[in-house]
Amino acid sequence: MTLATPLLDPAPGKDGRPVLSVRDLHITFPSEAGPVQAVRGVGFDLLPGRTLCVVGESGSGKSATALGVMGLLPPSAEVRGQVLLDGQDLVGLDDRALSKIRGKSIGMVFQDPLSALTPIYSVGRLLADALRVHQDLTRRAAWEQAVQLLDLVGIPDPRGRATAFPHEFSGGMRQRVVIALAIANRPAVLVADEPTTALDVTVQAQILDVLRLAQQETGAGLVLITHDLGVVAGHADDVAVMYAGRFVEHAGVTELFRRPTMPYTARLLAAVPTVDGGVRRPLVPIGGEPPALVDLPAGCPFAPRCAVALDACRTAEPESHEVTGHGHVACLRAAEIADGSLDPKGDTPPAGPPAPADRTATATATGEVVLRVEDLVKTFPVTKGAVLKRRIGTLRAVGGVGFALRAGETLALVGESGSGKTTTLMEILRLARPEGGRVEICGTDVAALDSPAAVRRLRRDVQIVMQDPLGALDPRMPVSHSLAEPLRAIGRDRASIRARVRELLALVGLDDTIGDRFPAALSGGQRQRVGIARALATEPRLLALDEPLSALDVSVQAGVINLLTRLKRELGLAYLVVAHDLAVVRYVSDRIAVMYLGHIVETGDTEAIFADPRHPYTRALLSAIPIPDPGRERTRERVVLTGEPPNAARPPRGCVFVDRCPLYREAGEELRRRCRTEPPAQTPVAGDSGHRYACHGV
Amino acid sequence: MSTDARAGAPSGAPVRPDAEPPRAARPAREHAHLGLGRLYARRFARNRLAVAGAVILALLVLFAALGGHLTRYAYTDADFTALTAPPSGVHWFGTNQGGNDVYACAVHGLQRSLTIAVSVSVLTVVLAAVIGSGAAYFGGRVERATLAVIHFLLVVPSFLILALVSHRLAGDWRVLIIVLTVFGWMSTARVIWAVSTSLRERDYVKAAEFMGVGPLRVILRHLIPNLGSLLIVNLTLGVVATVLSETALSFLGFGVQTPDVSLGTMLADGATTLTSAPWLFAFPAGLLVLLTVSMTLIGDGLRDALDPTSATGSAGGRR
Repeated sequence: MTLATPLLDPAPGKDGRPVLSVRDLHITFPSEAGPVQAVRGVGFDLLPGRTLCVVGESGSGKSATALGVMGLLPPSAEVRGQVLLDGQDLVGLDDRALSKIRGKSIGMVFQDPLSALTPIYSVGRLLADALRVHQDLTRRAAWEQAVQLLDLVGIPDPRGRATAFPHEFSGGMRQRVVIALAIANRPAVLVADEPTTALDVTVQAQILDVLRLAQQETGAGLVLITHDLGVVAGHADDVAVMYAGRFVEHAGVTELFRRPTMPYTARLLAAVPTVDGGVRRPLVPIGGEPPALVDLPAGCPFAPRCAVALDACRTAEPESHEVTGHGHVACLRAAEIADGSLDPKGDTPPAGPPAPADRTATATATGEVVLRVEDLVKTFPVTKGAVLKRRIGTLRAVGGVGFALRAGETLALVGESGSGKTTTLMEILRLARPEGGRVEICGTDVAALDSPAAVRRLRRDVQIVMQDPLGALDPRMPVSHSLAEPLRAIGRDRASIRARVRELLALVGLDDTIGDRFPAALSGGQRQRVGIARALATEPRLLALDEPLSALDVSVQAGVINLLTRLKRELGLAYLVVAHDLAVVRYVSDRIAVMYLGHIVETGDTEAIFADPRHPYTRALLSAIPIPDPGRERTRERVVLTGEPPNAARPPRGCVFVDRCPLYREAGEELRRRCRTEPPAQTPVAGDSGHRYACHGV
Repeated sequence: MSTDARAGAPSGAPVRPDAEPPRAARPAREHAHLGLGRLYARRFARNRLAVAGAVILALLVLFAALGGHLTRYAYTDADFTALTAPPSGVHWFGTNQGGNDVYACAVHGLQRSLTIAVSVSVLTVVLAAVIGSGAAYFGGRVERATLAVIHFLLVVPSFLILALVSHRLAGDWRVLIIVLTVFGWMSTARVIWAVSTSLRERDYVKAAEFMGVGPLRVILRHLIPNLGSLLIVNLTLGVVATVLSETALSFLGFGVQTPDVSLGTMLADGATTLTSAPWLFAFPAGLLVLLTVSMTLIGDGLRDALDPTSATGSAGGRR
């Protein structure tokens, strides 16, 4: 088993002048409703070689801050304050002057690596051009440097790959190229805006390591913008927590995680699901919603959601002031919280009942089998040619998946993108004869459904909650109409529909008045609640949830998790959850099936998988998830996977995981031969018949 | 620690003792979410040219509806004392060779042209929306067959067929409406099909299918309402196109037939005497230009107002 070296200690704080100083930065965007104050007085100093993490939920102004520093805001944005780079103020410089600085003194790593690279140039050309814009180099010298840069960021065969185009790289490799571009001219400051959000979790770990390496290589100061507190714990020297356009807490990483002093930070940490540790603690959601940044009321913007707010909090916004031994905090009660005499989370009880208490009761319940899948197969033809499409291969998206799901139980299909988990879900929901294998819902074999009426009857028992709550609701329909739609489809009459809609809103904890609003006027959490209510309208017995939480902010995620747990218990539902985030899955599911390239590689009870993962892929997935605790995050041993999932059109003949498997690389000749040629069978773990894995090497 | 926080510097949050403290958050939120209709109206009103177009159109409609009451002549009356008379106090726009009052003719012609244009435009858009989005939603064979019909009709010289057919059924303006609709829906349907193919893949359409909602309902409730802005823009621009083709047909003698009058027939009459009696051509031509320009301006304004990414409509770039 390959163990990565434990993460390095934070770079030593070099004495020296800050490379970047931001002073009292204000950014305002015009909007229909009035000016949006996206950033309201942000200030910090960044020393060379240090990493400042800016964390916050969506809409807190962290991206606007990054763009403001880079001078990349749209012309309609109004910017005040100072951005001092080596003593030169960047605010107010025109685009030509800024272009000389961008790329040379400041490098930027964007969120989406595909749209950050011009598709019509080879990556070598892109890098060489970036070098030649700022340096006087010959074409050949620039190309040589480009190859060196690609080598530095870990692209195999850099000389050969330099002539490849961006679309020929996978997501992780593209992000490496973007990092190479950002450090090409050895900038003094690197700004990375959510650099790993678009990537899979095993790739995320690789990219963060590359970013760290790039930073060490250039000695640059790094501003890392993220919403993931686990990433912060692993990589920050200093952390700034942003809320409503301001830094509400700004402290060293150990101080911040040891004792969060702004109530918002404390609540945020309590709402993050984690994968480590023996006991699951209940998640405590932060009630309410972040404020709209138009016409902000007087007082602390967090006060309406704060458990320990005083009357004074509502009349004046607290200044950020220094708390001894901690950092800067914008809270009136920071001193009390810092000395431990006040619990910033307050004594508010958790909104839902704590999740773990009831799990043993339901997990072992012998409810009837609601869904049985056997040997499900789904393939897609791979075609070539525009006019006459020739079939040149077959992509096996799902290759023989089987499981059973009982009433009152939650099964989570977990895996990275391309693992076939969503395809499996869609094949089940299609309610038509599968390409191979059997799907049985509530005792009915879907292949035996002969009439559209029979399909429609079965539809009542199976409903779906989609990933993107905004996309799943028709933007032109008020909520009550959306909720009424499934009821109308099964032919209920008007009066009973109206009553049921009201009932549904109450069931998911929404106010009656929400019914008249349009989806665009709702917050993310409310939208997902509407999505769940709609799925429950026909009283289904099986609920399919496609990444139900990935589009939600941490503070509302916890509330939806608690809601799902409560509904399952009250209504005796069976959930089939598809997710890529193991930490979240731990809080919603009873059993987990880990998928890789269309196959289930390990399945078992949630706690068994977390406590004793057998398959090397499961282990790698678990260890790739960052833990929001700097102490443990920086010292634990990690299994780092190299590379990325292979193309499903040409799967390996034996074990599907063989190309990336850390066990395979250390295995003996005999075992290697078996892994390459013989697909591993599902083996039960001794003493736990429900826990099975498919590996020759364990 | 090495980074020095200056978060929330003094100027960031001045104390405002006069602002009412706790309840201020709610109105602010509601203020942020305007109703869609009011939002569009506001964005439309910001475009001065579009507002000018709307005003011109309103005046034209008023003129067509009420203008006839201002004169004692009807468009069929012939004043034999004044043949081909220039504009005067009696005949405001002059008279034509038959002694008909040009003002009365213009009012009636505009009325006729507007009626034809608006009904053809509405019918075309409705037909195109149903066929286009239906083809996109069902896909497969239905889609291929519909597209084949559309493409066939598009390559056939429709104006020629139109001319022949309308000549045969000549005279009645209601027949003209039907003929113009039957040969005018294809290109709009093609555009609507193209846009619907992307709507078909939206999550809410999939969600509706998974809920067991029937295909007709999905098309009527989910696809067509979400084509709203496209349909409205097509409606206004369709009016312009129809006025022009009706005028062209009438100009060629295939459209509205005497004794009925439309802007097109007036133009056809006036063109022959352009040098000797210019008023016969100038007044209907002026009205036609006003009508098409106003419709184009309104169409452009609506397109910008309904398109959230458009820069013209928004407050200054980003919303």
